[in-house]
Amino acid sequence: MPEENQDVQVPSVIATQAALDAIGKLLRTHKGVAFFQSGGCCDNSAPMCFDEGEMIVGNVDRLVGTVGGCPYYIDFRQYETYRTSQIILDVEDGEADGFSLPAGIEGKHFVTRTKICAKNACNV
Amino acid sequence: MQVNKTYVPPGMPGSIVELKEKYGNYIGGKFVPPVKGQYMDDISPTTGKPFTKVAKSTPEDVELALDAAHAAKEKWGEILPLSERAKVLNKIADAIEANEEMLSVAESWENGKPVRETLNVDVPMAVDHFRYFAGAARMLEGTITEVDKDTLAYNMHEPLGVVGQIVPFNFPLMLASWKIAPALAAGNCTVVKPASPTPWSLLKMMEVIGDVVPPGVINVVTGPGAEIGKALATSPRIAKIAFTGETVTGRLIMQYAAQNIIPATLELGGKSPNVFFEDVLDKDDDFMRKAVEGFVLYAFNKGEVCTCPSRALVQKSIYDKFIAKALDSIKKIKQGNPLDTNTMIGPQVSAQQIQKISSYVEIGKQEGAQLLCGGQKAQMGGDMAGGFFFQPTVFKGENNMRIFQEEIFGPVIAVTTFEDEQDAIRIANDTLYGLGAGVWSRDGTRAYRIARAIKAGRVWVNCYHSYPAGATFGGYKISGVGRETHRMALEHYTQVKSMLVSYSEKPMGFF
Repeated sequence: MPEENQDVQVPSVIATQAALDAIGKLLRTHKGVAFFQSGGCCDNSAPMCFDEGEMIVGNVDRLVGTVGGCPYYIDFRQYETYRTSQIILDVEDGEADGFSLPAGIEGKHFVTRTKICAKNACNV
Repeated sequence: MQVNKTYVPPGMPGSIVELKEKYGNYIGGKFVPPVKGQYMDDISPTTGKPFTKVAKSTPEDVELALDAAHAAKEKWGEILPLSERAKVLNKIADAIEANEEMLSVAESWENGKPVRETLNVDVPMAVDHFRYFAGAARMLEGTITEVDKDTLAYNMHEPLGVVGQIVPFNFPLMLASWKIAPALAAGNCTVVKPASPTPWSLLKMMEVIGDVVPPGVINVVTGPGAEIGKALATSPRIAKIAFTGETVTGRLIMQYAAQNIIPATLELGGKSPNVFFEDVLDKDDDFMRKAVEGFVLYAFNKGEVCTCPSRALVQKSIYDKFIAKALDSIKKIKQGNPLDTNTMIGPQVSAQQIQKISSYVEIGKQEGAQLLCGGQKAQMGGDMAGGFFFQPTVFKGENNMRIFQEEIFGPVIAVTTFEDEQDAIRIANDTLYGLGAGVWSRDGTRAYRIARAIKAGRVWVNCYHSYPAGATFGGYKISGVGRETHRMALEHYTQVKSMLVSYSEKPMGFF
C-alpha cells in the first residue's frame, strides 16, 4: 500500500548524491542544464537532460522542482499522472537516451526512481 | 512457421550471418570509416556482451552522408523514370527476401526479439513495404483543376529532396523500411540514423541491398542520438525529418524543424487499450481462443511495441474466467534464447530497458496494484546469464495509476474492469495517447460503435498487432503527427506544385 508521508510534497523531484555529482560535472562544461520528464515510445520515462535553452520551455511545462540548481520540468498532461509521485533522479551505467546529455561522463545516464505517496496525504 | 531449430549466433562457426569486427557508416554506396575513427560496442541483449562495433560518428559524418544524398537527388528524383525507381524498390525487396533468414537471425541477435517473429513478421513485412511502395510510387497522380475553359491548374507531386529519418530500436528493419520505402518511392534520397542500441542489422541490410541502390540514395550513419540525431535533425540540408521515439525528443525534433521551416512527422508511442466484451466467452471456440491470444499479444516483441496492448479492459461479468484463461496462456510462454524458433519471448533490448521496466513494477506495487504474475528479471543460465530478460508480468489495478497511464515498453500489462459500453469508452480514452486500440466482441455493431468512439489512429477489431502496408499507421493526441504505411505516406514525402497554365492569348487588360 502507498506509504504515508506527510512531509513530502508531490509531485516533486529530488536527486541522489550520484545525480548531484553528475550535474556538477556537466556544469563545468555547460552553462546550465535543464531536465524534461519524457514519456512514450522506447525511451519512455527517461529524464532528458539538455543544455538550458536547448528545449524551449513553453506553456505546457510545469516546473516540478530543481536538482543541483537545475530546473526539472514535466508536461502538464503528465503532471496529473505524477500527482502522487516523488521523482528521485539517479545515475546508472549505460548510454543516455534520445538526445539527452550523458550523466556527467560518457557511459553513464540519468534515470528516475519513484516514491509514491498516499493520495491526499502528500498533496499540499 | 519453422519449428525446432536454434540458429547459431552471428559470427560463430556455422552461423548463417557473417560478422565483421567493426562496421563503418554506409555513405554514397559504400561502407566508410567514421571521420574521427571512433567506434562503439554493439551489445547482444541475450548475453549482455558486445558482439561487434559500429561507427561512433560525429557531425562530420552526417555532413558526408548529406553530401552523398544531395549528389544523388537530382538523378534519383528528377531524371530517373518512375518505372525505373519502382524497379529499384522491387529489387531491394527481392534482395532482402533472398536473405530473409540471414537478416532475421541478425535482427533477432541484435534486438533480442524471437527469431520466429523476425522470420514471420519483421523481415517479410520489410520486403512487402518495399513492394507496396514500388507500386504506390507509380500510382502517385496529380490532379487538374479547370479554373476556366482556357486556364488549367496542374497540381503535381514533386520530391522534397533529401530527408532525415530516425529509426527506433524496437523494429530496426521493419520501421526503417516503413520510412525508407515511401521516401524513395516519392523520389527522395535519405540519411537514416538507426537507434543507438540497434544500429547493426540495418547495416547488414545495406550489405544485401547495396548493389541494387544507386549510390547516395540511402545513407546510414550510426552514433549517439545527442550528437548524430541532433546533427541530422538540425541540419538546414534536410527538407523533412521523420522520427519515432519518445515525446520529449519528438518535441525537440519539431522545434528543430520549426527553426528550419520543414515538415516533421512523429510517432511517439501509446498506451493502447485492448477492450474485451463479455460475449467473447459466450462459446468455447476458436474466436474465444483468438481473444485470449489477443490479450497475451502484449508480450509480442517483449512488449517493446509502440502499440503494445498494455492496458486490458475486461468486462466485469467475465473478468474472473477471462483472466484465468489469460494467465494460463501466459504461464506457457517460453522465454529464452531468441535464436530458438520455439522461443516466444527474448531479452529486452538493453540494460536501460530492464531498469525502466523494474522501476515501473516498483511504482505499480507502491500504487497498490495487484501483481498477478511475473514482476521480476528472469534469470537465465549459461551464456545468457548476463542477458536482459524480464518475466511476462500482469498487474490488476485502476486506470488512474501510472502503470496504466505511461508506456512501460516491456512485457507488462495493466488490467482493469469496466461495467458497460460507456464505461469502456471512458476508460479507453482516459489516456494522453492515441496510437492503437483493440476491441473484441462477437457483436459487430457494438464493436463498430466502440471502435469509432476510441480516439486512436489505429483500432483493431477482433484482431491485434497486424501491420499491413495498405493500412495507415499513426497517432491521435500526443502519439504523434502524420501517417506511415499506406500510400498516404507519400504525401509526407512530397511537395505539391501547382502549375497554372493559360491557354488564352488575350491580355488580362489591367495594364
